[in-house]
Amino acid sequence: MTLLLDLALVAWLLGLAAYVVAERDERSAIIAFLAFGLLLGLGWVRLAAPDVAMTEIAIGGGATGLLLLRAEAALRGRGKHEEAMTRAGKLAVALGCAAISGGLGYAVLTFASPPPTLGPAALDALDPTGLGNPVTAVLLAYRALDTLLEKVVVLLALIGVWSLAPDQTWGGAPDVKPALVPEPLSWLARVLPPFGVVIGVYMFWVGADAPGGTFQAGTVLAAMWLLVMMAGLYPPPDTARPALRFVLAGGPALFLAIAFLGFVAADGFLAYPDGFAKPLIVAIEAALTLSVAAALAMLVAGPARKAPAP
Amino acid sequence: MTAVLQPGVLFGLCGAVLVGIGLFAIATSPVLLRRIVGCNILGVGIFLVFGAVARRGGGAGLEADPVPQALVITGIVVAFSASALAVALLKRLSELSAGDRAGTAAPAEPRSVV
Repeated sequence: MTLLLDLALVAWLLGLAAYVVAERDERSAIIAFLAFGLLLGLGWVRLAAPDVAMTEIAIGGGATGLLLLRAEAALRGRGKHEEAMTRAGKLAVALGCAAISGGLGYAVLTFASPPPTLGPAALDALDPTGLGNPVTAVLLAYRALDTLLEKVVVLLALIGVWSLAPDQTWGGAPDVKPALVPEPLSWLARVLPPFGVVIGVYMFWVGADAPGGTFQAGTVLAAMWLLVMMAGLYPPPDTARPALRFVLAGGPALFLAIAFLGFVAADGFLAYPDGFAKPLIVAIEAALTLSVAAALAMLVAGPARKAPAP
Repeated sequence: MTAVLQPGVLFGLCGAVLVGIGLFAIATSPVLLRRIVGCNILGVGIFLVFGAVARRGGGAGLEADPVPQALVITGIVVAFSASALAVALLKRLSELSAGDRAGTAAPAEPRSVV
């Protein structure tokens, strides 16, 4: 039965991906990509990775879909079109891509046996942290450096997006509200956020012991904030506003400060002192969740479009 | 044959095919936005191969190796950031080229009439 589900999922994923590539209409292709992201979440559940499934559905499906749909609406009719390739060129590219897929598939079929695993090492690192979710422990203790650098990458991407604002709107607010706000959007923006905020905070809190965590919670919070901004209930903040920048930089800054504290109080960079690991990790996660939420929402909102408030 | 049908292998193979589909879109699509979508499909394919590695690395009371899972979560967030930056660049590019066209269209039109 599960085999049938797996085969159907794989067939749907491949079919949707092929449709996304072959479809002529941009909007249909992006909506198909959204569906692809949601189905992929089910695929991750089948791979016994519920944390990844939640991240994939929230970010890969939801946030990326919103970003692409907004881009499609903004670019409609004036996107850059390059000359289509000739049939022979496409065939050559298809052969090359098939060769790469074949190579990867061969690698998948001939994985080393017994499979190498870092699971026991990650579990050993789990005990001193007091966390129950091994994925969270890997993200914030065993391989915390990756997570720290990732936060910096998100901030760098945001700086890149903001720097694309024209000179006269630098420091101003992005424009996310459509010219005409549909009634259902306005209604949802009033009804959903209380639930969304509770779900987001729950996902952050439960992430220590069960599937969930900062990224998933941050994305849910970002979605709620975007909903409110898109319905025009609350205007997006000026990108130069100190409070916004404080929230954005606060998570990574606290993470970095605690990482350096490790030199004094523990064994070195990014080491947590004995007995304080869990409270410190939860503090970092709380600050990171807010930073992630603000950064993701601002990444979707795009560069400043209005002149800054005086 | 049954080994191929384990979720760890099946989704790994699915990921391998998705890598090819994504690469094809990046290389051949005439629309730049579709190439960004192609990049995302390519990324998803690579993540799924990682997921297959994680699934096989289970054991010691774990259903799947948490290290590749954590890497994939990090990767998804980074892929989203890269997509957001690419989309912002694309929008700005189209604004600038629309401005160029508006600037050159006015003097070009009378010439085409003559």
